[in-house]
Amino acid sequence: MAEEKKQEFWRWTESNWVNPDVNWKTATFITVGVDVGSVSSQAVIMADGEIYAYGNMRTGSDSPKSAGSALKFALERTDMGEDRIDYCIGTGYGRVNVPFANRSITEIACHARGAHFIYGPQVRTVLDVGGQDIKAVQCDDKGRVTNFLMNDKCAAGTGRGMEVFADLLGVPVTEVGERSFQVEKEPESVSSMCVVYAKSEATGLLRKGWSTNEVLAAYCRAMAERIYSLLERIGVAPTFAVTGGMAKNKGVINRLIPMIGLEPARTTWDTQIAGAVGAALFAHALCLKGKAKKSK
Amino acid sequence: MITAGIDCGAENTKTVIMKDGKIIGKAKVLTGFDQNKAILECYERACEKAGAAADQVKSLCATGSGKDAVRKAIPRAKEGVSEIKAMAKAAHYFFPNARTVVDVGAEEGRAAKVDERGNALDFALNEKCAAGAGAFIEAMSRALETDLTEMGPMALRSEREIPMNAQCAIFAESEVVGLIHANTSKEDISKAIHDAMANRIVSMIRRIGVNEDVVMIGGVGRNCGFVSAVKKQLGVEKLLIPEEPEYGAAAGAAVVAGET
Repeated sequence: MAEEKKQEFWRWTESNWVNPDVNWKTATFITVGVDVGSVSSQAVIMADGEIYAYGNMRTGSDSPKSAGSALKFALERTDMGEDRIDYCIGTGYGRVNVPFANRSITEIACHARGAHFIYGPQVRTVLDVGGQDIKAVQCDDKGRVTNFLMNDKCAAGTGRGMEVFADLLGVPVTEVGERSFQVEKEPESVSSMCVVYAKSEATGLLRKGWSTNEVLAAYCRAMAERIYSLLERIGVAPTFAVTGGMAKNKGVINRLIPMIGLEPARTTWDTQIAGAVGAALFAHALCLKGKAKKSK
Repeated sequence: MITAGIDCGAENTKTVIMKDGKIIGKAKVLTGFDQNKAILECYERACEKAGAAADQVKSLCATGSGKDAVRKAIPRAKEGVSEIKAMAKAAHYFFPNARTVVDVGAEEGRAAKVDERGNALDFALNEKCAAGAGAFIEAMSRALETDLTEMGPMALRSEREIPMNAQCAIFAESEVVGLIHANTSKEDISKAIHDAMANRIVSMIRRIGVNEDVVMIGGVGRNCGFVSAVKKQLGVEKLLIPEEPEYGAAAGAAVVAGET
């Protein structure tokens, strides 16, 4: 008897994309930024500072291989070879695991720089909510970091916390946001900060008769409060922008906005590529200054 | 005089029946989602084991996160006693020379400084984070696909110390998966897990000061890997642990029930 494959509710959509308006063959500099995180990895290929292609995928358990896989994934729909790349910068917590990078730059700096590209130079506060951390970064008009605060110790408010919760409730993580608003009355947030305890709390609420959507709403609110408590400590100056995967979760973001009192900037770019974009831009800047020396 | 202490915890409900200060019956039941049911079942079973009828119990005291539920289920129960007080009384009951007590349960970790009469003078608490409680080891046992009771013995078989970066149970799960893929032995991973958890508990104990004798109660006290790691990190030769330490707080509550 065939075993029914258990649906993986935590699985979000991996994607790659090629810009039809960019011709890499006439570009002076082709630079690459690779952002290897604990949950996801992205590779962004730029031609003279314009996004030519990118790939966004799950990191998996082998992070040295992830960088290469992300780059291959980004190149998949292009007709470009890896050998055309002039300079590559690695970033993310796994930045030491981008074996082919010419150098690495901190993810804080890359996210600020990337946010400026994606959202525009008016951005002064960047909130990055990734797989396993939350970062609040303040930057100047050039996208240079002036202050930052980070939580990478606790799953509450992070993508991983959301994945685990979605899995528990049997709701695809990409649907969590929308479903959290399909409630009659907005419930109070779950009382536990800790994701592990929130899971027990959620099961108890379901037993008491709460609907799945109501539990999602309560959890999203708790996560928004968690993120807000970090932001509050550093202060939010306009223009405010959100990067990382959680930016796609309206359930959390839309509850966070009234707490901050500022509308976030909008973009059509995939918010998960911000770090890799910043890295690719740094690489481009180095090429322009003639400082892109390949040590190998 | 027959007294009873009921500790309604996050995961388990425990009852201890005492006669003239001696334990004559105990029972443990999964709390589940119906605290009322768990409390009544647990109390009934403990009385059965003690060979006492419920109305022979002169005084009953509740503790644990579900202490209010105990009073609802058994209206004649006295006002609930804090887990800190119960823990201090328990330490003194089992080991009169106790001066420091630590109680690690499924979802909370606590430490208290105790005087010669079993009064808590100072305490430290972790109730917010699963990484400082039994839930952490439980989550790790799932990641290692190992029975919870095997975790401790497995850790003691390890011969290597490997560091663990993640504090959080959720992140640690991913880290464990990574370590398994890197062919790290389960024994070494289990040791790292227990060391990390012991580290957090020991930090908590140090906040109130380490004075011997140090007593440990709570279900996690059954975990030999954890106990070994705590002893080492605290720098003490012995950790006094009563048999079936998960009944500690309930015993403390039974003592309080007999006091007033």
